Amino acid sequence: MTEPLLRVEDLRLYFRTSQGPVQAVDGVHLEVGRGRTLVVVGESGCGKSSLARAILRLLPRNVHTYSGRIWLDGVDLMQLPEEQFRREVRWRRISFVPQAAQNALNPVLRVGDQVAEPLLLHGGAQSPPVARRAVEDALRLVGVPADFIDRYPFELSGGMRQRVALAMALVLRPDLVILDEPTSALDVLTQAGIFNVLKTIKRELGTSFLLITHDIATSSELSDDAAVMYAGQIVELAPAFAFYRAPLHPYARALLQSVATLREDRPLGFIPGRPPSLIRPPAGCRFADRCPARFDRCATEPSLFHTGEGRWVKCWLYAQEAAGE
Amino acid sequence: MSSVLLSVRDLVTWFELRRWGFVHVGWVRAVDGVSFDLRRGEAVAVVGESGCGKSTLAKTILGLVPPTRGEILFDGRPVRGRDLRWYRPQVGYVQQDPYGALPPFMTVQRILEEPLVVNGVRGKAARWHRIRRVLEEVRLVPVEEFLPRYPHQLSGGQQQRLVVARAMILSPKLLVADEPVSMLDASVRVEILHLLRSLQERHTLSVLYITHDLSTIRYFCERVFVMYAGKIVEQATVHELLRSPKHPYTQALLEAIPDPDPENAQRLRKIPPGEPPSLLRPPSGCRFHPRCPAFIPGRCDVEIPPDFDVAPDHRVGCWLYASEPAALASRDP
Repeated sequence: MTEPLLRVEDLRLYFRTSQGPVQAVDGVHLEVGRGRTLVVVGESGCGKSSLARAILRLLPRNVHTYSGRIWLDGVDLMQLPEEQFRREVRWRRISFVPQAAQNALNPVLRVGDQVAEPLLLHGGAQSPPVARRAVEDALRLVGVPADFIDRYPFELSGGMRQRVALAMALVLRPDLVILDEPTSALDVLTQAGIFNVLKTIKRELGTSFLLITHDIATSSELSDDAAVMYAGQIVELAPAFAFYRAPLHPYARALLQSVATLREDRPLGFIPGRPPSLIRPPAGCRFADRCPARFDRCATEPSLFHTGEGRWVKCWLYAQEAAGE
Repeated sequence: MSSVLLSVRDLVTWFELRRWGFVHVGWVRAVDGVSFDLRRGEAVAVVGESGCGKSTLAKTILGLVPPTRGEILFDGRPVRGRDLRWYRPQVGYVQQDPYGALPPFMTVQRILEEPLVVNGVRGKAARWHRIRRVLEEVRLVPVEEFLPRYPHQLSGGQQQRLVVARAMILSPKLLVADEPVSMLDASVRVEILHLLRSLQERHTLSVLYITHDLSTIRYFCERVFVMYAGKIVEQATVHELLRSPKHPYTQALLEAIPDPDPENAQRLRKIPPGEPPSLLRPPSGCRFHPRCPAFIPGRCDVEIPPDFDVAPDHRVGCWLYASEPAALASRDP
């Protein structure tokens, strides 16, 4: 098997709070292949945004635990000192479009200058004309008209501003772009437009994406592989075709059941109860309390079982299959 | 008793834009000539993108924004003027953001008691009885446990159920729900839609469900109005609209909505170019014509299309359907 672009092993990120450590990311394993997209779906509070920040080492002050291994092209990023990580990895190799990025642009800087900023900070000493050409390229790539380069963010619509944020993430041509809810505040047509852009970029530049979202229907727009996160842990990891057709983990199944669809006629389900607190999560399987299929073994924590064809499920129901291989 | 509960005739809501507080700049035409009937016990969805005027339409119907022109009839009586005390208890409002819609320093009990006090329900016992009943209906049980809680002590789904309870406590005939589930997670969303549906059936409520999310409407509504740039461009039953959308805008909207399907990643979606127009200076003629793939020069950009009937209970504001036989006598009287 060839080495994936990004491999995350046993990543943990706990935050210190007055009530005790919050286990926002707890032992996450995942892989993003070269030129592929991994979608991480999960509901609010499951730790998916913390996962993005943990990979990029964008940490707040109240970190309690930050451990695990993050391999990028065979290099363990966790071993790099902060300054080297900032200079060589962040934005040059892995860039980020944070949640609601369209509202986080600097209102007093022209769009073009903002897109140029990562070039000037990370791209070494380039002459202004070279930088300008790179900015124009990046804007063209995301479908922003060339004459927008000298405009201010308030002169642009939400969809256009989101494209500018995307251009900022792409201007250094990184290997991996982490997208955190890239379209959650946008209208359906705008959303479809942004996904068209992302698909084209993926095809033309071979960029890999890690797409983090709560919106299962739109997640399938870009997905090669899918991961489901629940209460700080990845509970299922599978190729997109297998996952969207027939998810295995009881939580993943219930989640897909709850998605309203336009073209398919089937009853909707919902998941009773609410996710556990991440301060003192249950000792066994974290979904056990809400799970229709729970049994005795669920009181102890299952590991991520391999069920064949690149599928991994963190559920005791699949323990035999994995052992029988 | 007529079967129509709410009748909206040629409703226009414009907002004046002024510079320095007094120099007239223009009008934002948020709602521009909307007419429809809402029957008793019927759930109707108003779908459209942000800025199409759907929330302004809701607020005008709720009497929170005065209409510029046109008429709203509720049970045959015009909703007009300053004194709307007869009207307010008959209309419930479910807001989009439950946390923002609930006063943070009031307990569940006070939140629900206030509308009763304001509307003259006398006697603590009578009020208590109604609070208890409505909480049971939205399944915030055991009631005693929830009464002393503050909004921040509830989960998002529970907060939204409390908002629904507040809207229902005066036993209204009409519920206006403005994006009631867009802030919630998928697994909770369905629960709230089920709740609204069951309330609607049990109390033969009329519901106006304002949303940008076409994929939720068929679990909940019988009919749907599609709004674009301040106008309703298509009205039909949900089944008919999803099966055969007629207006090019509706078609584009449906095309853009993804279902969870891995095939989606393999293809690009067809979307109309450009963005919705400014409501300050909307395009002449049909407002969709600058983005429309079926644009007829000399017609669409000149004359505003009237509503054409293309099937029973299916009307479209688009010149493409002008030649159909059913359209001959279809103009609004």
